[in-house]
Amino acid sequence: MFRHGIQATHLQLWRGERHVLDEVDLEVRAGEMLQVTGANGSGKTTLLRTLCGLMHLEAGRVLWADRNIYDDLPAFHSQLVYLGHEPPLKADLTAHENLHYWVGIRRPLSSTDIARALERVGAGAWGEQPVRTLSAGQKRRVALAGVILFEAPLWLLDEPATNLDADGQRLIGGLIDAQLSAGGVVIAAVHQELPVGGAAPRRLELSAA
Amino acid sequence: MSTSALQAARLILARDLRLALRKRGQFVQPLAFFAIVTTLFPLSISPELARLREISSGVLWVAALLASLLALEFLFRDDAHDGTLEQYALSGQSLTWLIFAKTTAHWLLTGVPLAVMAPLAGLSLGVPYAAVLGIIVPIALGTLVLSLIGAIGAALTLGVRRSGVLLTLLTLPLAMPVLIFGAQATDLAIRGASFAAPLYLLSAMAVLGVTLAPLAASAAVRISLE
Amino acid sequence: MAWTWFHRLASPPHVYALATRLTPWFAWPAAALILAGLYAGLVLAPPDYQQGDGFRIIYVHAPSAWMSLMVYVTMATAAAVGLIWRMKIAHAAAASCAPIGASFTVAALVTGSLWGRPMWGTYWEWDPRLTSELILLFLYLGYMALRSAIDDVQRADRASALLAVVGVVNVPIIHYSVLWWNSLHQAPSVMKLAKPEMPAAMLIPLLMMLAGFTFFFVALLLVRLRGEILRRERSASWIREALTG
Repeated sequence: MFRHGIQATHLQLWRGERHVLDEVDLEVRAGEMLQVTGANGSGKTTLLRTLCGLMHLEAGRVLWADRNIYDDLPAFHSQLVYLGHEPPLKADLTAHENLHYWVGIRRPLSSTDIARALERVGAGAWGEQPVRTLSAGQKRRVALAGVILFEAPLWLLDEPATNLDADGQRLIGGLIDAQLSAGGVVIAAVHQELPVGGAAPRRLELSAA
Repeated sequence: MSTSALQAARLILARDLRLALRKRGQFVQPLAFFAIVTTLFPLSISPELARLREISSGVLWVAALLASLLALEFLFRDDAHDGTLEQYALSGQSLTWLIFAKTTAHWLLTGVPLAVMAPLAGLSLGVPYAAVLGIIVPIALGTLVLSLIGAIGAALTLGVRRSGVLLTLLTLPLAMPVLIFGAQATDLAIRGASFAAPLYLLSAMAVLGVTLAPLAASAAVRISLE
Repeated sequence: MAWTWFHRLASPPHVYALATRLTPWFAWPAAALILAGLYAGLVLAPPDYQQGDGFRIIYVHAPSAWMSLMVYVTMATAAAVGLIWRMKIAHAAAASCAPIGASFTVAALVTGSLWGRPMWGTYWEWDPRLTSELILLFLYLGYMALRSAIDDVQRADRASALLAVVGVVNVPIIHYSVLWWNSLHQAPSVMKLAKPEMPAAMLIPLLMMLAGFTFFFVALLLVRLRGEILRRERSASWIREALTG
């Protein structure tokens, strides 16, 4: 069971001349989800990467478990999984191998763990094919299998439902529900609402600079 | 329970080696380049082995240097492109250590094969058999230092369009000491003398490189991710 | 409004005004020192017993070489400050240094080559000091090339700053490697003046030229820095007042 929450206060960030994040505040407690919406270029990806600690903040703080993430970035990173626009998969490796290397750097996995995760996302049948042969939707499912394998309290997902069919949308809804029930935090940048059950998610709308 | 640093390094090595096995072409290119470049010298200067032997050390080292630079382009390129590098930065492991592991894998895939191939090229340039060790060992060490220094340049030029020439321009001045001592070692070996002195200096550079270069390279990677 | 330049630590308008005020304080002394030094060196100083009048090019060559190195160290220091404390001004200063330093390096190479002609008989001899200067020129060019290759100013600043710091660590290594390489293959350089010591009449003009070149560098740096600030801050509100006021 996870029990930590994330807070961001007075975030200010510039990219060159553009004031991408202007006084952004957010708070998401354990078991809650935040859906970040906004037009293209409004800074959704930048916000997620800032929450990861990858970007340099001009002002503001990000707190995880009431501690500033910059006090101990590696420890903070061990508590999160970030999924960007593109699934971080190597085309020449199989789905199984990809997960083994990708997640393995964070926590040791057995072959059974990986197989089980692939089953859960509906990828059991094609887990041993090179990722090169998979469709965009299938790659997305493999990436989701990776996300659950991390067993991290904090999920930062950038447009996670891209390329997923209706069945895939239900899948991701289910995965997020399970994560929230376990007390995890999910922050997702989305164009459309994700179908999650339970309490209505918090919302944050970003406007273009 | 999280993965130990050693296991993480092993995973990176294993993955890069496995990927190389499946994309062999990419790693054959620098070797082919090396072979072709060494052929250019007899063609442009003279087929006389006596004359070629005089310049063979320089030819081998310049060719190895250029071939290594060619190979450096794909050290981080694919990982940066598909987001793997970003995942390394977010893994909770020391990015410096992971980059060191990647650079070592790169050296095993490019530097070591070059070091093994070089004596063959050397023999074609009139180098005596006795000098073979004086070619393999310095080039193996030299390419290691090159991979380490080159990783810094490769990380700095991530995302830059047509970064090949820029990478060369950035790395070569920093690589000149390696060239000086390495070529000197090979030259001494060819003349039948002991090449211990320049080899020690090359080793010292390798130690310096191993300790400092991955730090700079990981800082450069973080800059590219910002 | 306060945010407009808060994130640019060390306020650029302040630095711009300061640079404008200070420039004459460096430019005039530079002119004076250089003119006096040239007169003292070219006219007043006696000819060298070994090299005759040919040695006089040292009055331009030595300060150029010295400055080329000093500017690189200054550039790397500014870069490090910018990298550690994230000060944009420091990055602007480093960017301003680079072309000046590269020019000094070219000057050192050209004058060194001209000096070599009467001494060696050729314009180039792979002398260790000139070879080191040449590699230093490549380091400058690499820095400037990296800067211009990256579009995002922030990233260009940080990447080139890291390169400058890595370069400065390598400069002594490169210097000693080249010295060692040269000692194996060639006779010692003729570029040394009549050692063990230079008479005062020769030394003083040299020191004057060195001081003059240093003042010249600072003056040039201030001018370039102002231009760099204008370029980076072109959309900020204070620019209009600063240029018309």
